[in-house]
Amino acid sequence: MKPPPFSYHDPRTVADAVSLLGSLENAKLLAGGQSLMPMLNMRFVLPDHIIDLNRVEGLSYIRANGALEIGAMTRQREIEFSDAVRERSPLMHEAIRQVGHRQTRNRGTLGGSLCHLDPAAELVTLAAAFDAKVTVAGKSGTRSIDFASFPVAYMTPAIEPDELVTGATFPCWPKGHGYAFIEFSRRHGDFAIVSAAVLIEEDSSGKVTRASVTLGGMGPAPVRAREVEKALIGEVIEEKRMREICESLRKCEAIEDIHAPASYRQQLATVLPRRALLKAHERIAEGKRA
Amino acid sequence: MSETRKITVTVNGTRYEETVPVRVTLADFIRHQLGLTGTHLGCEHGVCGACTILLDGHSARSCLMLAVQADGHEILTVEGIAPNADTLHPLQEAFRDNHGLQCGFCTPGILTTLIELLRDNPDPTEQEVRIGISGNLCRCTGYQNIVIAALDAAKRLQKSPVPAPRGSAERIPA
Repeated sequence: MKPPPFSYHDPRTVADAVSLLGSLENAKLLAGGQSLMPMLNMRFVLPDHIIDLNRVEGLSYIRANGALEIGAMTRQREIEFSDAVRERSPLMHEAIRQVGHRQTRNRGTLGGSLCHLDPAAELVTLAAAFDAKVTVAGKSGTRSIDFASFPVAYMTPAIEPDELVTGATFPCWPKGHGYAFIEFSRRHGDFAIVSAAVLIEEDSSGKVTRASVTLGGMGPAPVRAREVEKALIGEVIEEKRMREICESLRKCEAIEDIHAPASYRQQLATVLPRRALLKAHERIAEGKRA
Repeated sequence: MSETRKITVTVNGTRYEETVPVRVTLADFIRHQLGLTGTHLGCEHGVCGACTILLDGHSARSCLMLAVQADGHEILTVEGIAPNADTLHPLQEAFRDNHGLQCGFCTPGILTTLIELLRDNPDPTEQEVRIGISGNLCRCTGYQNIVIAALDAAKRLQKSPVPAPRGSAERIPA
């Protein structure tokens, strides 16, 4: 297994990368290589040109302002070990440690994962959970895409052939919020069969005032459980009530593949968010005690 | 004839200036062009971890990189772990003494992975070792001795530290 022949380009600026992307036929962008390289080795893709983004300046950063701004070429390792991420976005910190293995997080990037758009990818699920905004650069400048409209089909992001993702912005939740990222896979580091990302805020009496509940791995794109989010408002999180509320998630559409039938995923869709909600609630309580 | 590039890489402390076809993976470059066949290729699509090397001190699958991408970088392969031809590194001694090699095919990837793990976490728990090597498949299916060897290596290294192998330190390339 060897990559097919191609021409190799390693631009140093975003402008040069965009210009190459606009002028070359059948070109592929190479980020961390943890998905494209296997596809090249197995010759599932046959590009005439590879545009390597690894030497492009200014695409690797983590900035904590009101939100977390993360560059497209930021390695997953850098997200994992970032103090800003751990403090401002503990959900992201918890999720990133479940992305692949150390060897793949050392190379894999935020932008690569978002553009590859694997339905089970943790970073994709997070982007949905946080209502992230994806920044893309093209010939006529940059634009921002709400993550809700970023996936247009299975593994197909809403970016034009001559555009590239330069970064994403993840809003931060206020200090003391509850969070949990729970996924089910057969072995550590495998793709999740289903994952659940939960963010909640509670008032002083313990009632939920704001909730984000996201399921990954169910279909072509992460599913925001809007009905559940609405139903949670005003509730005090406890086992029995969460079981009732999350039961509605069994109706979510689910894919069927070699790993699990749809009904199995639907069962996980009722279980994982419940566990995540209970854990998120427990963490708020722990934070108050501390 | 396919497109080529001239690259400069440092592997196990030795500087190489080589011309490579741009489509050649780092793993094939290391094995075929540099003749360092200690790096093993199992699946060649990023699943088995046998081809793990350290790139600027960070473990990476060399089958998932192009050789051209290593230009200007520093690499450690399994050949660079032992301090010299006559002495094993304590990690290697621990693998020998605990029968952690078994058939030996996955060993190079596991050793390089553990060099990074023990550098960053000198006193890991069994669970941390198991998660640390979860990206390395052993088809002898006997992870038990590998885990025992890794924990034993951590003890040996704490008791009598040795200099870090050349190319195993975290490094920001110029």
